[in-house]
Amino acid sequence: MTTPQGPIGAAAAEGGALLARPPANSRKLRRPLGQRIARTLVLVIVLGYLIVPLYGMVEFSTRGDYGSRSLASYAAIFSYPDMITGITNSLEIAVLTVVGMLVLLVPTMVWTVVRVPRMRRVVEFLCLLPLAIPAIVLVVGIAPLYQWMGQHLGAVGASPLTLTLIDIILVLPYSYRAIDSSLRSIDTATLSDAARSLGASWPRTILQVIVPNIRGGILSASVLTIALVLGEYTISSLLSFNTLQVVIFLLGKRDPYVSVAVSFSALLFGFVLLFVISRFAPGAASRAGRAVEEPS
Amino acid sequence: MTTASPSPETTGHGVAVVFEDMHRWYGPVHALQGLSIDIAPGELVALLGPSGCGKTTALRALGGLDVVDQGRILVGGKDITNLPANKRNMGIVFQAYSLFPNMTALDNVAYGLRLRGMDASTRKKKAQDTLDLVGLGDQARKYPHQMSGGQQQRVALARALAIEPSVLLLDEPLSALDAKVRRQLREEIRRIQIMVGITTLFVTHDQEEALAMGDRVGVMSAGRLEQIAAPAELYDRPKTRFVAEFVGLTNRIPGVAGNGAVEVLGARVPLLPGGADRGRVGALVRPENIQLKPAETGSAHVLAVSFLGSLCRAQVALSDQTIVVAQMGAAESVGLYPGAKVDVGVMPAPVFAVAD
Ligand SMILES: Nc1ncnc2c1ncn2[C@@H]1O[C@H](COP(=O)(O)OP(=O)(O)O)[C@@H](O)[C@H]1O
Ligand SMILES: [Mg+2]
Repeated sequence: MTTPQGPIGAAAAEGGALLARPPANSRKLRRPLGQRIARTLVLVIVLGYLIVPLYGMVEFSTRGDYGSRSLASYAAIFSYPDMITGITNSLEIAVLTVVGMLVLLVPTMVWTVVRVPRMRRVVEFLCLLPLAIPAIVLVVGIAPLYQWMGQHLGAVGASPLTLTLIDIILVLPYSYRAIDSSLRSIDTATLSDAARSLGASWPRTILQVIVPNIRGGILSASVLTIALVLGEYTISSLLSFNTLQVVIFLLGKRDPYVSVAVSFSALLFGFVLLFVISRFAPGAASRAGRAVEEPS
Repeated sequence: MTTASPSPETTGHGVAVVFEDMHRWYGPVHALQGLSIDIAPGELVALLGPSGCGKTTALRALGGLDVVDQGRILVGGKDITNLPANKRNMGIVFQAYSLFPNMTALDNVAYGLRLRGMDASTRKKKAQDTLDLVGLGDQARKYPHQMSGGQQQRVALARALAIEPSVLLLDEPLSALDAKVRRQLREEIRRIQIMVGITTLFVTHDQEEALAMGDRVGVMSAGRLEQIAAPAELYDRPKTRFVAEFVGLTNRIPGVAGNGAVEVLGARVPLLPGGADRGRVGALVRPENIQLKPAETGSAHVLAVSFLGSLCRAQVALSDQTIVVAQMGAAESVGLYPGAKVDVGVMPAPVFAVAD
């Protein structure tokens, strides 16, 4: 180094250390004490913010008689038929919403990227729109439709599963983002062109060529969808359908212990799902952009 | 159109391809403006032109990946203008890396065969054979991200060839590769193309590539075909100003034209048809047709000399300060050094002239 701002000078300026250390670990060692404390503090606050309520839930839901601990509340979940119905409804809606969302979004988005790229912004706008619409507005707007379905479509129209229709709209912004980012990480247009030229129909192109390469995005979109559907309260409550959150709320008035036990289980389920995707989703980043030397 | 028929060994079992007056608009952009080309069976036509002149548009139209707004495309005499891409049976190699990232090299090559319902063991064998053909038999198990750019484009070529396509389409397949690999691979593509005898459209903006590979080279400009001819003819007898200036190096030297010839640097040189032919003109003279003779009394002087292996190129300033480039064999460059005085002559090869 010929400039005064060599490694030693820089280290002195930053951390007061006068010895040049190997660059690999010098960053970590050089951090000043004040900064380290601040970082730890922030971490503690954030974790506390997340963990304290969870701890409270566990503590509360595992209270037994005379100060003992018991899992009775968890066992009791299954003694409330309403709860079982709520869980089943929500899980079924979640699955249907995932399927509906994927069937709607994946082909639309691939088609947009490949055939009408100039419409990409429009599709994005439409998909993000639900973020800007308050749930109550959505319900007021859509309630007459549900009323009509309930009256004219018999059991199907009155089923809580019809919430799928509205949930698909609610999850669009999140699913769109997840799928869009993985579509951008591959050259979707060229891959489709290649598949088409080799003789693949559109459905095959999407299923055999595009989908396997955006698995990560599809998986995150699905998990986000499940989490959202399991947590959705406002709309099902306003439309008077017994979904998980509605039942938890109602039960909370009668048996708060079981109600909290269910809430905690649902959260845990969500965490496990998130862990599963972060663990098993193929990282698009690890594939792209790695240069291999040209053999000579 | 001037045609040089493809050499006999290239007329294998290829099919003829005809572009008939193709037009394509992208909004206000008129990307193809009446493009017509005939490609003979088994021939390799290189489409050459500056970026944005419509080469990719033409190739994608042939591949069915894009539509034409007007005109027809015939393959083997059949009108395929409205056939979807997946029914055309054409092998395409793209400019961008296009291997399916989730499949090995072998699976990539076998994919088209799988779509054709070929059973697993047959298609595997065939895919392996095709990989052998492009020299990557030992890379079959690798995923695209484990291969270099050149290897990926070879696999892409194998994938395109495995389906035994009627036509092979190559859209600047080498442009992302470095110079050495590019040269190797283009020779290999040409060798394989001749061996298979497949009709091929090769699109490029690199004239060296086009001239080296094409049976004929079609020069495009602004959505139109300027000229299509064998490389030597294109180089020696350009028909339009665009071709004369775009293909190869030229010197533009002032001269006076008349009676089918031009007076330039004291020599009388025949004129090619199609350009300016009377009055003051700029004669487009190839560097190799300019002769330099070291002479104490010379009115021009050498500015710089560069050696390109067996060739030598010299920059010379004429008495009127026009700068010309001359090219000669290295052996003929004796006595040429910066500052040397030279006489400049022009060989009597026909030249194209442009209005001055
Ligand atoms: N999908 C498209 N939308 C709008 N304009 C396009 C599209 N494809 C090509 N063009 C325009 O058409 C012209 C020809 O493009 P292209 O065929 O890609 O040229 P080349 O391959 O010779 O570089 C260019 O002006 C380009 O901007
Ligand atoms: Mg192009």
